[in-house]
Amino acid sequence: MYATNYHRASSVADALRLKGASDEAKYVSGGMTLIPTMKQRLAAPSDLVDLRHIAEMKGITVSGGRVRIGAGTTHAEVAQSAEIKAACPALAHLASLIGDPQVRHMGTIGGSIANNDPAADYPSAMLALAATIVTDRREIAADDFFTGLFETALQDDEIVVAVTFAPPERAGYSKFPNPASRYAMTGVFVAKGPGGVRVGVTGAGANGVFRHAAMEAALTGNFSAQALSGVTTDPSELLSDIHGSAEYRANLVNVMARRAVAAA
Amino acid sequence: MGVEGIGARVARKEDKRFLTGKGRYTDDMVVPGMKYAAFVRSPHAHARIRGIDSSAAEGMPGVIGVLNGKQMLDDGIGNLICGWMIHSKDGSPMKMGAWRPIAHDTVRYVGDAVAVVVADSVGEARDAAEAVVVDYEELPAVTDAVMALEPARPQLHPEAAGNLIYDWALGTGEAETDAAIAAAAHVTEMTIVNNRLAPNAMEPRAALGVYDAADDHYTCYTTSQNPHVARLVMSAFYNVAPENKLRVIAPDVGGGFGSKIFIYPEEIVCLWASKRTGVPVKWTSDRTEAFLTDAHGRDHHSTVKMAFDADNRITALKVDTIANFGAYMSLFSSAVPTYLYATLLSGQYDIPAIHANVRAVYTNTAPVDAYRGAGRPEATFLLERTMETAARELGISPAELRRKNFIRSFPHQTPVIMNYDAGDYEASLEAAMREADWAGFGARKAEAERRGKKRGIGMSCYIEACGIAPSAAVGSLGAGVGLWESAEVRVNAVGTIEVLTGSHSHGQGHETTFAQLVADRFGVPIDSVSIVHGDTDKVQMGMGTYGSRSGAVGMSAIVKALDKVEAKAKKIAAHLMEADEGDIVIENGEAKVAGTDKTVPWFQVALAAYTAHNLPAGMEPGLKEGAFYDPSNFTFPAGCYICEVEVDPETGKTGIVQFVAADDFGNIINPMIVEGQVHGGIAQGIGQALLEGVHYDPQTGQLLTASYMDYAMPRAHDLPSFKVSHQNTPCPNNPLGIKGCGEAGAIGSPPALINAITDAIGNNDLTMPATPQKVWAAVNAAQ
Ligand SMILES: Cc1cc2nc3c(=O)[nH]c(=O)nc-3n(C[C@H](O)[C@H](O)[C@H](O)COP(=O)(O)OP(=O)(O)OC[C@H]3O[C@@H](n4cnc5c(N)ncnc54)[C@H](O)[C@@H]3O)c2cc1C
Repeated sequence: MYATNYHRASSVADALRLKGASDEAKYVSGGMTLIPTMKQRLAAPSDLVDLRHIAEMKGITVSGGRVRIGAGTTHAEVAQSAEIKAACPALAHLASLIGDPQVRHMGTIGGSIANNDPAADYPSAMLALAATIVTDRREIAADDFFTGLFETALQDDEIVVAVTFAPPERAGYSKFPNPASRYAMTGVFVAKGPGGVRVGVTGAGANGVFRHAAMEAALTGNFSAQALSGVTTDPSELLSDIHGSAEYRANLVNVMARRAVAAA
Repeated sequence: MGVEGIGARVARKEDKRFLTGKGRYTDDMVVPGMKYAAFVRSPHAHARIRGIDSSAAEGMPGVIGVLNGKQMLDDGIGNLICGWMIHSKDGSPMKMGAWRPIAHDTVRYVGDAVAVVVADSVGEARDAAEAVVVDYEELPAVTDAVMALEPARPQLHPEAAGNLIYDWALGTGEAETDAAIAAAAHVTEMTIVNNRLAPNAMEPRAALGVYDAADDHYTCYTTSQNPHVARLVMSAFYNVAPENKLRVIAPDVGGGFGSKIFIYPEEIVCLWASKRTGVPVKWTSDRTEAFLTDAHGRDHHSTVKMAFDADNRITALKVDTIANFGAYMSLFSSAVPTYLYATLLSGQYDIPAIHANVRAVYTNTAPVDAYRGAGRPEATFLLERTMETAARELGISPAELRRKNFIRSFPHQTPVIMNYDAGDYEASLEAAMREADWAGFGARKAEAERRGKKRGIGMSCYIEACGIAPSAAVGSLGAGVGLWESAEVRVNAVGTIEVLTGSHSHGQGHETTFAQLVADRFGVPIDSVSIVHGDTDKVQMGMGTYGSRSGAVGMSAIVKALDKVEAKAKKIAAHLMEADEGDIVIENGEAKVAGTDKTVPWFQVALAAYTAHNLPAGMEPGLKEGAFYDPSNFTFPAGCYICEVEVDPETGKTGIVQFVAADDFGNIINPMIVEGQVHGGIAQGIGQALLEGVHYDPQTGQLLTASYMDYAMPRAHDLPSFKVSHQNTPCPNNPLGIKGCGEAGAIGSPPALINAITDAIGNNDLTMPATPQKVWAAVNAAQ
């Protein structure tokens, strides 16, 4: 790891100020992605601004027909939250499948979506739940937030403060873990919510997380696994690597989608 | 059996320190003035070094020195060597290319060292290593051994034309074998690939070199399975220092699995750099460096023909194997696909004609050497996949085909050197089938089918050879060293005991099992027995731990030393009690005159030896004896493994629903530790069969599996609870009747698993690792 300076931010405003003080600063939340990257000397921020101690970025609330999860909430907290289990058990289930217990107790939802790893679990749920990403300066619809592999709509110093969504009527998540990393080789989140049926697919897309239009159409009239039996997935838009060819991933998208619907 | 003696399930004495984080590993060692090394490594699989510019690096903060391979050459440091000579069929010696600890003209794999930086901190050393500018002329690379043999492929070493290291054969003549195959009623033919593995010891390799100018003396702390051999090789071949000026210490070592047998460039460089820079130099590998530079295992490509007569008896076996050796010949690499592999091709079967041909090949990949099982897993996988396939082709049950061909009388001379001394293969087969409820499989399969799962069952009957020996025999086969073991038993004046052993413990539990042996002999508590190992200044020359030899060879040496101690102790006790030496028995911590109530406590016998006030006339004081033990034969553990799987046809995911291991290890010192060895071995075997595989990009030679993000290690979650049992035919060739258990799990399990999966999916065309993607494709191809 290259030498770096550590700063603990006490508020969102404080974090912005600390970040602005250096060109090469980076935010750190759980550090479960950033720190390994730094250890491998693939990232070299001069300063780290720690967001983990900012009260306004923590906690889970359900009110006025919306679920709000602070960006600093850990995967373990989401997995165990009674509020989430009541409002959207599929999301609690998703969080319980991320990494291992150590990772779940450090990694945060804000860090995960800001990072937008093409194999991360949360982005699929954000898309399927039509979530809103609340930042220090604006609100961004999930559809506009995830822009490509490790790319988001966030500006350089913009902080994810929370995510919000309306509890779905039904939702399910099914994940096929990569045998090595246990990230999603394919993960499909299906949700039937106020805005209709939405299907978010992670781990498989060549351009990162995506919505599966054909599946959404098929499920709109008939929210059942059988409704998906005729739906195909085009391998030409999918990832191919030593763990899974695009054809194999296309199959996994179909299988995981059926299982997600069955679980919803 | 006492509560702490032979056969007792004694909890491991060493675990308190390990489980509380108090183990002392090489990286924990701190000496005054110590600095840190970082290696500059080749990013290319094959390139010529045009120049190295370290001027920028030298001026960076904390940098003490930047050293290169030319300086090492100028200082007379020798090439790394392979210590087992193999001759090709045409009588020519193997073609060993030069392996420099730091490359100075050509790099031959990604990770090859080109320079080393010594600096005040690890971070500064790494920063400076990145600032060393190496001018490379890239050359084409080849990573696949079969391709490397083809004409017009990139050539690695001028010494080895066509990248061929040797072309070796063993066993029955080729013509005779071919004739038997031609006359057969049935021939099963297969192509078998044994996938390349990264060993992945939990503790990465590390070395600390300390040069003491005042005494012109070196100390090397290193993660070694055999510190004495390291000292010998570093002295005799690498010219680091004469043996009396070099102390090698292998303290707690966190797993080896073979990968820490070999002498690597880094420990030599740390010693040399310590003298050059005048400071102690420590290097610790990180995980990606480990993937790049630890010797890999396996990587065989074979074709096999197995011939049967009309009665389904095997009449001949012909095997042709191409073994990938990587860019350089590692210390024991040449022995692995020859004397540790081809010699086991008879398996548990009576096969009248066996012909094996092995070609060893250079490629632009990390060196390949022994990894848990070393050659024997490759032999077992080849044979047991072929047996299973033959049973399917012949339409008889896999158990029946094996039974029909089992060797049933001992000793048994195979056509491939080995002389099996004892065994009862049927007993293990029966035990495994009973435990697995083989008969009930059909019902379980039908039930799984109702749940949409494909259920399969597979077996593997393995044999292996442990305790590689005797020395004269291995010497005649090309070994550069003897393969005996040494021990010294020191009884202290108060009766406590130290055992100095040439075996090395890096997870095996020697501090417990070796102490049990002593406790059993004298009836003293195991807490009064300490095991000393891993330091060339403390312990007499020894050969170290690999090939499951610490029990069969290392403990036999201790037995010999104990015999001598006991004989002397009896003389002393007889003298003290004025009895006849022949009437003395030592047990329960005291010496007794048999048939009387006369006793002397053990500690008084020891005290008498050291006060020397009242010893038999002419006896030397003291109670300390040493012994060297050279076995008269290999030992032959064997067993039967059965695996039952359920495949999800939609995703290709394999779940292991049952795994049964029935092993014959001969006599057992500590069943709990033996079970632990079997569990660990099976976990690694399942890893090989289902998950693990080293991938190089075939064009660029880049390692694609250089971290756990891409190299799939087995996790607890992937494994069932193993059902382990033991059968026992004691080994007739060593005093304890033990055979060795360290590698069996990794040897026996892969074919059982692949036989089960191919049974489940009805497609025999499946390579390891059987990843979900491959199994899914095989399921679809079968439909
Ligand atoms: C062994 C292991 C296994 C894993 N398995 C999985 C898995 O199965 N599925 C999965 O989805 N993930 C997995 N992860 C990743 C894990 O979920 C990470 O925690 C997550 O991706 C990043 O969250 P973090 O809080 O740790 O972010 P950090 O590592 O702290 O930061 C990641 C990036 O986001 C930025 N950032 C952090 N917080 C904010 C914020 N509030 N606003 C703006 N930018 C921010 C940082 O600057 C950095 O660029 C795994 C990680 C490990 C180490």
